[in-house]
Amino acid sequence: MPGPEAGATEVRPAAISAQGWGWRHSGRASQAIHALDLNIRPGERVLLLGPSGAGKSTLLHALAGVLGEEGDDADETGSLLVDGISPRAQRGRAGLMQQDPETQVVLSRLGDDVAFGAENLCVPRDEIWKRVHEALDDVGLRSTAGGGLALDHPTSALSGGQKQRLALAGILAMRPGLILLDEPTANLDPAGVLEVRDAVGRCLDKTGATLVVVEHRVSVWKDLVDRIVVLQPGSSSSTGGSTPAVLLDGDPDTVLAQARDMLIRAGVWVPGYVPATRPRSGPAGGSGPARRRELLLATHDLAVSRDRPRRRGFKTIPPVPVQAGLDAEVFAGQALTITGPNGAGKSTFALTLAGLLAPVSGTVTAAVGLSDGAGDDPFKWKAQQLISRIGTVFQEPEHQFVTGRVLDELMFGPKHLGHGEDRVDELLERLRLGHLVEANPYTLSGGEKRRLSVATVLAAHPRVLVLDEPTFGQDANTWAELASFLSELLDAGTSVVSVTHDREFSSVLGGTEMRLEPALQGRDRLEAGAA
Amino acid sequence: MREALTLRANNALLTRANPLAKFVSVFLITLVLALSIDLVSASTALLGELALFPLAGLTVRLLWQRGWPLIIAAALGGWSTTILSASSGRVLLDVGIWSISEGSLQLGVGFMLRGLAIALPALLLMSCTDPTDLADALAQKAKLPHRFVLGTLAALRLVGLMAEEWQTIGMARRARGVGSQGTPRQRSKAMLGQSFGLLVQAIRRASRLAVTMEARGFGGGRRTWARESTYSRLDVWVLAGGLLIAAAAVLAAQWAGTWHFVWLKQGN
Repeated sequence: MPGPEAGATEVRPAAISAQGWGWRHSGRASQAIHALDLNIRPGERVLLLGPSGAGKSTLLHALAGVLGEEGDDADETGSLLVDGISPRAQRGRAGLMQQDPETQVVLSRLGDDVAFGAENLCVPRDEIWKRVHEALDDVGLRSTAGGGLALDHPTSALSGGQKQRLALAGILAMRPGLILLDEPTANLDPAGVLEVRDAVGRCLDKTGATLVVVEHRVSVWKDLVDRIVVLQPGSSSSTGGSTPAVLLDGDPDTVLAQARDMLIRAGVWVPGYVPATRPRSGPAGGSGPARRRELLLATHDLAVSRDRPRRRGFKTIPPVPVQAGLDAEVFAGQALTITGPNGAGKSTFALTLAGLLAPVSGTVTAAVGLSDGAGDDPFKWKAQQLISRIGTVFQEPEHQFVTGRVLDELMFGPKHLGHGEDRVDELLERLRLGHLVEANPYTLSGGEKRRLSVATVLAAHPRVLVLDEPTFGQDANTWAELASFLSELLDAGTSVVSVTHDREFSSVLGGTEMRLEPALQGRDRLEAGAA
Repeated sequence: MREALTLRANNALLTRANPLAKFVSVFLITLVLALSIDLVSASTALLGELALFPLAGLTVRLLWQRGWPLIIAAALGGWSTTILSASSGRVLLDVGIWSISEGSLQLGVGFMLRGLAIALPALLLMSCTDPTDLADALAQKAKLPHRFVLGTLAALRLVGLMAEEWQTIGMARRARGVGSQGTPRQRSKAMLGQSFGLLVQAIRRASRLAVTMEARGFGGGRRTWARESTYSRLDVWVLAGGLLIAAAAVLAAQWAGTWHFVWLKQGN
């Protein structure tokens, strides 16, 4: 509830103090975080690193006061205080930004969304609008120098980076002394990452608030923070304080120098380090002799859209294509990389190429070597015909899970096709999923889910593999495994089409790059104008 | 759906009225029409509603584009009432099992007009009311609990996302070999699986949104409102208009002698 400072405009940076703090989520056997001793001074900027399972998100949720109450089967040990008080008792003292931009937006109009937090803190109306204007200016969403967005701009028309900056504005309008960012840029393209990072930097310089940020990509945040804390997973729930949660703590350069090898092993993206990958080999690598290339799939004058034709009364209106006039060729044993900024229709193109979306106009044609008697239009193939010819790995692995067990998940394709079950063991071993066969796919870690989703699609033995942002949000270890594995597939004659922003990744795969620029219309023009 | 709910280009007079006043007016008209099955009250109300179109920024074209399923449903309902209801009066057409008499035609047309007259006010309200403004009015003026109203409003935004998610999950599952072809049993099984996938994603999204809202201080007992929901003189006119249409419908039907309550048997 509102403290005496509810109407004040000055930000008072918050101090954090944890003593032997631990938390066990309800329904879990062991603690998510264990024996944490940590003091953060007002105004400090801290980057929190550590392997998945070290309890980083749990700590941020606790500091934001949204971890739920102790009691209903959850356990708290030790103490965690913000300014000497429990975080739950002081709403609005901390602001939290999470990873998924879609769930960081609450209301449908830009200005209303920024005002939401301040309203809940009972800030008087005049003061709220003053803060809304100021916050939008601070995050660069209402730049007066042309292309600014109106207060009633629909939030659904914002890009991912804009949504995260909007969330930051909503947080700033609460005047919190502590800003908590939980992988705020994991779902963004490189331009969006810098947009958000720079907005955070400006706002911290202005308000002096304390910052705690969790991120895998150290190079993005290294220059903005003045301290790095590395956490490690706790040992067990019963033994008290055997392994402390904090492994290393200090200024960025020192910690990175001390813990470089350990961080690399843990999959952290340490600045200046590119994980080693298997190089391409064989005649199909790079731009091999043209006579040996086998064409598998081609598009001609293709126009694509995610929308279906719409019915308006008796009329059927075809959707407005996001891209048109696309000509592409996919060869066996060659990589095709689709690049370009957000909103350019890269994924839409890839999904149309993969026979999952109907073309608005133009054609996708499968060569005889690929179609194998199923007809030359992949969109018309039956699902089972499709998976043994073109495999598609979606950006969000969970979208593709169809069973409740890792082994069933891998057996699903081969079982329905009636062959290829022998390949499953090889995939399990190759993608290090052997110890997880009995687990539920939804309970795996991010990297495990990604490896599983690639393995399930490959179990059907497709000749063309299409991947949508396969390296998004992945740690360095999963990244290296994936890149090496795909380069092996390429050498074995599979063709790999990937939508990616990741230059390192596409250079490992080689092949040709196809760059899509946004067609300047509607929503895209708005984004371009606001950038 | 999302596009139909946005009003950015609409500057009509009724967009400036308080949503609660519009809501009450619509309720009055709908209530009266729900009370009686007769042609006169329905057509009177329909005429009144059509006169409001320009004030709500609605054209017949827009109405057809947004409300065609309702309009076709009303027409079908009227048609089936006409051919299925007991014949009375002169028989106009008799083709095998289909017979249309004066009495059944009257009933059928009355049914259709009533369906339209009930559906139109809701379309009118939607076309000139922003959901956020409606939520503001319901919480501030009608004093409904703000946690409930704002929670619903935030959830409504997720519904649009879920429609996109449904499409994506459908494609993702096709890429795993789960098709929408096959026997009805296989199809319904595939549909069930897709629904389950959507449910999982919906719950994840909803819980993340709940954390976002809680972290922004939502859920306390009191809050202030950045947008004040106010009444103006226009709202008096809106209420009076609603009352007028409702009263005109009742009086016209009484005068013509066609009014009868739905729960009374025909002929009473």
